[in-house]
Amino acid sequence: MSLGHYLVLSGVLFSIGAAGVFLRKNLITLLLSVEIMLNAVNLAFVAFGRQFGTVDGQIITFFVMTVAAAEAAVGLALVIGLFRHRESLNPEAFTSLKW
Amino acid sequence: MLALIPLLPFAGFLVNATMGRRLPKAVTGGLASAVMVLSFLLAAMQVWSLAAMPPESRQINQTLFTWITAGDFSLDLALRLDALSAVMILVITGIGSLIHIYSTSYMHEESDEAFARFFSYLNLFCFFMLMLVLGSNVLVMFVGWEGVGLCSYLLIGFYYEKKSASDAAKKAFVVNRIGDFAFLLGALLLVVTFNSLDFTTIALAAKEMPVEVTFGTLSLITLLLFVGATGKSAQIPLYVWLPDAMEGPTPVSALIHAATMVTAGVYMIGRNAVLFEHAPMTLTIVAVVGTATALMAGTIGLVQNDIKRVLAYSTVSQLGYMFLAMGMGAFGAGIFHLMTHAFFKACLFLGSGAVIHALHGEQDIRKMGGLKKHIPITYWTFLIASIAIAGVPFLSGFFSKDEILFETFVHGHQILWGVGMLTSLLTATYMFRLVHLTFHGDERFGAAAAHGHQADDHAHAHSAPQHLSTRAPQHLHDAPAPMAFVLIVLAIGSILAGYVGVPHALGGHNNLGAWLEPAFQATNCGAPVTTGELAGIAIAECPPGEAVEGAEDHAALELSLMAVSSLVAFAGIGLATFLWLKRQDIPAQLATQFSGVHKLLLNKYYVDEVYDATIVQPIKVVSQEGLWRGFDVKIVDGAVNGAGYFVSGVSIVLRLLQNGSVKTYAAAIFAGAVTILAYYFWR
Repeated sequence: MSLGHYLVLSGVLFSIGAAGVFLRKNLITLLLSVEIMLNAVNLAFVAFGRQFGTVDGQIITFFVMTVAAAEAAVGLALVIGLFRHRESLNPEAFTSLKW
Repeated sequence: MLALIPLLPFAGFLVNATMGRRLPKAVTGGLASAVMVLSFLLAAMQVWSLAAMPPESRQINQTLFTWITAGDFSLDLALRLDALSAVMILVITGIGSLIHIYSTSYMHEESDEAFARFFSYLNLFCFFMLMLVLGSNVLVMFVGWEGVGLCSYLLIGFYYEKKSASDAAKKAFVVNRIGDFAFLLGALLLVVTFNSLDFTTIALAAKEMPVEVTFGTLSLITLLLFVGATGKSAQIPLYVWLPDAMEGPTPVSALIHAATMVTAGVYMIGRNAVLFEHAPMTLTIVAVVGTATALMAGTIGLVQNDIKRVLAYSTVSQLGYMFLAMGMGAFGAGIFHLMTHAFFKACLFLGSGAVIHALHGEQDIRKMGGLKKHIPITYWTFLIASIAIAGVPFLSGFFSKDEILFETFVHGHQILWGVGMLTSLLTATYMFRLVHLTFHGDERFGAAAAHGHQADDHAHAHSAPQHLSTRAPQHLHDAPAPMAFVLIVLAIGSILAGYVGVPHALGGHNNLGAWLEPAFQATNCGAPVTTGELAGIAIAECPPGEAVEGAEDHAALELSLMAVSSLVAFAGIGLATFLWLKRQDIPAQLATQFSGVHKLLLNKYYVDEVYDATIVQPIKVVSQEGLWRGFDVKIVDGAVNGAGYFVSGVSIVLRLLQNGSVKTYAAAIFAGAVTILAYYFWR
């Protein structure tokens, strides 16, 4: 298992996440896709850390996970708030800049 | 001490302008007249001490403070009294005092507020006029020059509720502005050329320069200054404002538009005599313009029917004489005529004021006649002044006008002399036409005055107080005591003023000429060692010096010229008497026979119309269509509106970016990130 394999997997995961963000029409799926992208990045960090023999990659991964948890909490709260307003989870329903 | 002479009228102005409306008329008018009389006494004292000095160093200087310092150029607010300004301040304060006294009675029917306003303007005018003549450099003179223009504007438009008066005021102001602009250019050119504006410094420097045979810097400077003079002194082509200026109250016409302000241009040329002598081309232009103006105004004066307008054209004509003298280099003769003219023209104007006063505002001489026995004091003083201006021997106008014509003849300008003589004939004719139509012959005023009295739409009250017309037209009253006193003093002056300059040919000594002579040369009293030398050189160089010395040789010539001009004067008077007293049918016949010429003269050669068509209307069209509708609306407004349209147009496009769709934003962030990464990747 060389670094290349990890990075390819990471790239594939990131692309899947990005495609999900752009193609899916459900806010919760969007959040899940963002989580996939973040974890793809985490994988790349850890792989680099192992390759260069440092712990920096793992440290930064913890930060990313913390931020991802916070993001998920805030994001889900927003999604609930939005759903209460429009009875919809489609992001296209929320284009007005104020209401 | 010198500064007090102008400052006294200024103090009078301050008091009357701030508190005048709450003071009774006796106080405001009395105060205004008192400061002028005091100023006159002070001026007389100063001139007296000036006369005690030796002729070459006759100067009293007073520097009030340094006004401008810039590099090596410095300018003081300084006053200088010399022989020339001495004559001027005596005329201004002397005639000015008399006219103030006259006005206290003439303007008495005005409201307290208008009365105080009138006297504050009049005082302010005297202040500026005195600054003009006492200023020792061009800039102080210019301040006075502009100041008198302002006061002239204010006083012409004194009855500002009347449209014709405010129009006339604006016309005077705008026309003067044209001349003032040229004057300012001349002054700036003086700074560039001499790095100084002091008259003495300029004169000393100019004396060292060669006389310009071809057109050069000095010619340009003097020409620009002369254009300034044509504005202020009502010469062709800028004379058109003066006849209209008669909309002002009559004392104003006497003081500003006859005796003092309009002579400022003549004084200015005398003040810069050395400069003008070094530019013979300009002098020729001055002489030709002066003569042409004299003739043109004289012919117009012949057919006008408004008593004040006849006098206005007469003033323009007489100013033309003064410029003729200046153009001949006979500066003394020009100033002499200025002085005598101040007396008889002030007397004529104030006399016409008394006539208008008596007739409750009637100014049309066709509706006068036979006033002689009703208002004898006015009649006799008016007659004396008319004789003086006509050039009848041994009155003031005779001496001064003959000196001018003599100098013209001696300098070899026979054509100009001939035109001057013709104008002299015209002068005598139109003045006596005025006398005959006003004071002699049938009484035409009763019906006319009654008519004007009933028909209020008739514009009969041109400048006299409107409510005078409420009195019965039959009650003609002669000038009240203060007015009569002033008229008599001025009439005596009209007789005697000429005796300060009796020519050598008549056994006199031309005292005024000798007194003025040093003022026209570059003398520097600060360096007495060279003074004698300078004066000697100047006399050797300049024509008037020779003329004065050579007068003995020309005595026979001068006497014969005098005889001719006396004959001309009597011929003019005779002609006027024949045409407008004995055979009144002839002028009417002539008018119909030469109706073209008559109409041309009656309409003042259509100069106003020509100016309107060639200058005023094009400016209006360019301003309205070009500057307003073109530049202002299209370009200035267009730029402002265009900026607005540009922003809102761009916004329509930019607004598409902010559509609220989260996915679009995410895509933009993604695309941006990819672009940056790609940049670093393939760099």
